[in-house]
Amino acid sequence: MHPLFAQLTARGPAITDGAWGTQLQARGLAPGECPDVWNLTHPGAVESVARAYVEAGSDVILTNTFGANRIALGRHGLAGQAVEINRAGAAISRRAAAGRARVFASLGPSGSLVAAGEVAPDDLRAAFEEQARALADAGVDALLLETFADLDELRVALAAAKATGLPVVASLVFDSGPAKDRTMTGATPEQAARAAAEAGADAVGANCGRGIEGYIPIGPRLRAATTLPLWMKPNAGLPESIGGKTVYTTTPADFAARVPALVKAGAAFVGACCGSTPDFIRAIRRSDEFCETVCSQ
Amino acid sequence: MADLAKLRDAVMNGNDKGAVEAAREALAAGADPVSLVTEGVTPAMAEVGRKFECGEAFVPELLIAARATKAVFEILRPRLAQQGAQPVGRVVVGTVKGDLHDIGKNLVAAMLEGGGFEVIDLGVNVTPEKFVETAQARNAQIIGLSALLTTTMPAMKATIDAVAKASLKGKVKVMVGGAPVTQAFADEIGADGYGETAASAVGVARKLIGK
Repeated sequence: MHPLFAQLTARGPAITDGAWGTQLQARGLAPGECPDVWNLTHPGAVESVARAYVEAGSDVILTNTFGANRIALGRHGLAGQAVEINRAGAAISRRAAAGRARVFASLGPSGSLVAAGEVAPDDLRAAFEEQARALADAGVDALLLETFADLDELRVALAAAKATGLPVVASLVFDSGPAKDRTMTGATPEQAARAAAEAGADAVGANCGRGIEGYIPIGPRLRAATTLPLWMKPNAGLPESIGGKTVYTTTPADFAARVPALVKAGAAFVGACCGSTPDFIRAIRRSDEFCETVCSQ
Repeated sequence: MADLAKLRDAVMNGNDKGAVEAAREALAAGADPVSLVTEGVTPAMAEVGRKFECGEAFVPELLIAARATKAVFEILRPRLAQQGAQPVGRVVVGTVKGDLHDIGKNLVAAMLEGGGFEVIDLGVNVTPEKFVETAQARNAQIIGLSALLTTTMPAMKATIDAVAKASLKGKVKVMVGGAPVTQAFADEIGADGYGETAASAVGVARKLIGK
């Protein structure tokens, strides 16, 4: 195991953070507006999200750079600012962490599929190399490739991330197929774990999806295919429309109550994704069951 | 009819060049352009959709089959128009305001086109007004709304409200879909139709217009 990951998980699972996008929206980010550019335009708001997770007890916080590759930024006319946005995002999370948490930089997919001819492989490689290097130069502790679905794209991003010398987590979203246990492009947890391990990932995992319940059976399947530490960050389920508002009905207590099952399923890093809040992290941190799971290991 | 088997295979395998070639050959041999749709493209896309539903095919397979369908329609469209052939129905599709994700919307557009519908694709980040104006101007029977972000799901309700405000309620049906969208959500916002996957879009659309 990479020494940093060994250190973070030495006394049991490390707690990561919760959602960023929905938290930024609560601070005024408009639907459809690019969240990543807020690192430049609203650094105070972004830092308040990061600090809220540190204060809630996260061992690891992410950066507001999920969509900050030049292909995704290009949809907002911001491709030319990729380096600047990533550097600022890393600096904001490092400032908020202030040594109390580790900073894992978030890199999401491009949103374009190579298989469908929507993006050229060379452009994809250049975009991830640029982003990974900018984040590494800004001093983050590790790189997190999250919400990936296409194994070809994951391999390209992994090569770019590994070239920085930092440890890399590769996390995919399993939400497709009749059993909701495949990625959008059809990869199984076993295939994903093997592909990530072969491409040099230091940890593999699953994030977002359709809530924590669906990811509990994914853990053992990832575990069966790799000895690498597992990263699990499910979302707060699918939202419902209540009185015209989009509401996530999973509560912090509901989520925290299922975390021990996720840990038993093999998770070395646990956190939450879309729809979650710092209260989710606080609930996981405080949960007696979580303590027992940690202490019994 | 061996030539249409070639067309079906090419579409199913996402071989766009092969599909265009097969379509050209069939037309040269005197096949009716309408039969290329009803006996070629439509059953091929339906088969890809069936495989998608049961987990034998995934998004990339659907996308390349869609690309082949598009390529075939490029050469068929002028001939169909010349013949005065009518589509199954006319659908305006788009990703709702605030949402820039288009993979799901593109899949639905391709399935509908493959299913014989005329599809007017407004792209991403489409305002409720734009949906309504286009549906009126183009005399569409259906509006198809896509969203990936949970935060843009309220824009679906805003569009349905705009349809009602324009006194089109009932005349223009609204169908919704996207990763975070559920049947319960669709019911809550008053959508006329909901599809869990892109492959189900054709069945939903046909039902909405009674075909």
